Amino acid sequence: MANKLFGKAMKRVEDPRFITGTGHYTDDMTLPGMVEAAMVRSPYAHARIKKIDASKALTHPGVLAVITGQEMKDAGINSIPTGWLHPGIKTPPHYAITFDKARHVGDIVAAVIAENRQIAEDAAQLVEVDYEPLPAVALGSDALKPGAPAVHDDVPDNVCFTWSIGDKAAVDAAFASAHKTVKLTLRNNRLVPNAMEPRASLAQYLKASDEYTLWTTSQNPHIHRLLIAAFIMGIPEHKLRVIAPDVGGGFGSKIYQYPEEIIVLYAAKKLGRPVKWTARRSESFVTDSHGRDHETVAEMAVDQNGKITAVRVDTIANMGAYLTTFAPAVPTYLYGCLLAGTYTTPHIYCHVTAPFTHTTPVDAYRGAGRPEATYLLERLVDVMAHELGMDPVEFRRKNLIPPDAFPYQTPVALQYDSGNYEANLDKALQMVGYQELRRQQAELRKQGRYLGIGVITFIEACGLAPSALVGSLGAQAGQWESALVRVMPTGKVEVFTGTHSHGQGHETAFAQVVADELQIPVEDVVIVHGDTGRMPYGWGSYGSRSAPTGLSAIVLATRKIVDKAKKIAAHLLEASPDDIVHEDGKFMVKGVPDKAKSFFDIALMAHLAHNYPADLEPGLEATHFYDPKNFVFPFGTHIAVVEVDPDTGKVKLLRYLSVDDCGPVINPLIADGQVHGGIAQGLGQALLEEAVYDKEGQILSGNFLEYTLPRADDMVQIEHDHTVTPCPHNPLGIKGIGEAGTIASTAAVANAVMDALRPFGIVHLDMPYTPEKVWRAIHGSKPVAQAAD
Amino acid sequence: MADKVHITVVVNGVEHHHEVEPRLLLVHYLRETLGLTGTHVGCDTSQCGACTVHLDGQAVKSCTMFAVQADGCSITTIEGLGSPGSLHPVQEGFWEMHGLQCGFCTPGMIMAAVDLLNKNPNPSEAEIRHALEGNYCRCTGYHNIVRAVQYAADKMAGKVAMAADD
Repeated sequence: MANKLFGKAMKRVEDPRFITGTGHYTDDMTLPGMVEAAMVRSPYAHARIKKIDASKALTHPGVLAVITGQEMKDAGINSIPTGWLHPGIKTPPHYAITFDKARHVGDIVAAVIAENRQIAEDAAQLVEVDYEPLPAVALGSDALKPGAPAVHDDVPDNVCFTWSIGDKAAVDAAFASAHKTVKLTLRNNRLVPNAMEPRASLAQYLKASDEYTLWTTSQNPHIHRLLIAAFIMGIPEHKLRVIAPDVGGGFGSKIYQYPEEIIVLYAAKKLGRPVKWTARRSESFVTDSHGRDHETVAEMAVDQNGKITAVRVDTIANMGAYLTTFAPAVPTYLYGCLLAGTYTTPHIYCHVTAPFTHTTPVDAYRGAGRPEATYLLERLVDVMAHELGMDPVEFRRKNLIPPDAFPYQTPVALQYDSGNYEANLDKALQMVGYQELRRQQAELRKQGRYLGIGVITFIEACGLAPSALVGSLGAQAGQWESALVRVMPTGKVEVFTGTHSHGQGHETAFAQVVADELQIPVEDVVIVHGDTGRMPYGWGSYGSRSAPTGLSAIVLATRKIVDKAKKIAAHLLEASPDDIVHEDGKFMVKGVPDKAKSFFDIALMAHLAHNYPADLEPGLEATHFYDPKNFVFPFGTHIAVVEVDPDTGKVKLLRYLSVDDCGPVINPLIADGQVHGGIAQGLGQALLEEAVYDKEGQILSGNFLEYTLPRADDMVQIEHDHTVTPCPHNPLGIKGIGEAGTIASTAAVANAVMDALRPFGIVHLDMPYTPEKVWRAIHGSKPVAQAAD
Repeated sequence: MADKVHITVVVNGVEHHHEVEPRLLLVHYLRETLGLTGTHVGCDTSQCGACTVHLDGQAVKSCTMFAVQADGCSITTIEGLGSPGSLHPVQEGFWEMHGLQCGFCTPGMIMAAVDLLNKNPNPSEAEIRHALEGNYCRCTGYHNIVRAVQYAADKMAGKVAMAADD
């Protein structure tokens, strides 16, 4: 095919609006008669709500209503459900506004609606809440101790669920007969996602038609419509339209059904006026679902040949105060099932205990379970390699799954689709100059400088997901994806996708593929997403599913268009459909280039239908619902090079190199951008970021003054390349790339820092590696001069 | 509520007169009173830089000052920098080099980068990274933002056109 766009680094069609300040985010909207909401939030992690006196607030000029949880419950508004269940899981209610107890700092106690936001915020201060503070618990392991304060009265031991995977007896036997074992006790620090656009929601209710519209910062508007209609508010599904316009990043935090969306819908009907709420950043810190927060004991066993024989993991995964939409899936199937990594480990066992605590709920954050798995596994590998006196790269190489072993069945449920790990590793090592780096490291150590090299290999499972499989694992949702391709009479094409783009560039990358498939100019294609009123039901974007699952649906829909177009062309050219070929943008009779019809000719005749096959419907559009056969399994090698200053404890990133394999790359500009950003987020976890709670459940890092995101000068220019191992089970052979950087980089940076600290006798430190933590570790260990000898 | 105060400001070349509450932040004046929603609010502690505009030619975070403090000043927002068809070289650089993903930090990032290039037309990579320290981006890892600023610097120095001629 001429001028194929697949693989081309096309500039994004989204960008003109964003670089000129004409994007269209939820908070940018103002509707006639619109009023605004401010939330009254609990300052306590745990408190009984004895009384709410709104009288002063209600007399404040410009205040229209103060809404309480009791009022909404009495109006029949139900608890927010969770979308993933395990056997025996406890699912205590999660009301949009709590009315009995506050269970985390930031829990909503009342909502004030006023003429504008300033008045609403003033009046929120005037709502008098009589709290009886109660003992609180913030750390997962503390919540499991006997006598710990219960987050929910009907879950007195705070255990939301326990879960395990793998053959425990076989793992225990492997450890009993191991040549060597290592054990790490580690904490995976809690993170706040911090998409740059704070969450916002705007609801409108039209009484004449009894219809609601909700504009909201969402990665998956159909999921909201379904949850609100079927479970929470009972709004008939066809009377609720959910629109996610331009959304300023998500990283998981905009998947979930949040209380504020319910509150503005309720208030819009109550007041008969549109109601908007926009989070302040400090509200985001205590209400956007957090990520990670594991306490883990991880062990590895090897035989005399340096082959990994078993991995055993016991994790406490903090759920926070309530279960949000996919929380139970994250520290289980997205975590325990990933513990084979890139290795042939025959025996793996993972046990997870998930307690409730008096903290903000924890759910999927970019990578979701897979970064946690990669981190502990790659830490174990490095520590074991050192124990064996082996180079960590050679230890990995010895244990990699060989390329002829695919499809590869792991001992923890997953079957990897395709991979070529050693070739990928070798490419990365060659690019970075591994042997030379090790030589430099040795040289610098003689000068009292501490270079650290972290090499990790990783896989991930993404492209969520085969519906029947995830259904059998507890998902209360399907995970197929939809596409509607609509050809207009003039040959222009609208593509409606159930996935959502909030930075990923779908409007460009998907259009490239559609243009290829239909052999039309890319300018003739528009990708439409984010509006339940316009596209077929779809499950949104998360789990790196948009390309492998969403785009697969689009491709199969375009192929239906081509098939139908061939029939129309055959009729017009008086030929058999079997003799029509689609080449160079034309439908022509095979071997007779003069007998051809353009895409425009076909599109027009499909709509005029004046000269048309008798047995064919007019029109030219196709819908496809694509249910993937398996997850897809991207992989790669990431290498971080850092230098630690022993005098200050400061870790400086010197180089970062990644070789990713996500199959064929649609648009390298976009795919590489995803990797860059993912790497920065993972580096943030390793070096900078941590949501810190005190014993009473107060968050101590609740805004950007106290919680550090990576800034421009924390990063370096990333050295990046690909290997290409196609996925065997989807139409384009593509795998996801949205999360890979984050899944890999935390572990790579962690291993690099620990490598640098090895001369001090430091085997393991928990992240983030702040200067203070590193300095204390160095100076609490052997003296510098002695260790360097 | 305090009495309103009269202000006169020139925004993107247009003079505006408004009665504003003394506590109204400049960013809210731009977004809500003037409807210039290209300037964004990403935090409440003046860390993120999404609200960066130019005040009398200097980059400022418009959430750190009150509208009344801008009385008599000239302000440029992202909407006044360039438009499709006549983009500022920094806007062009962000497009060419994929310096944005979700686009939310982009207006502030572009205004900060323009300020840098006004002061230092030929910055090193380290100088670019240092100058953009006041602006958070959660999507790009800054890799392509740095390239975008380098592209703009080259373009403004005439180097991009020369490269194209080679």
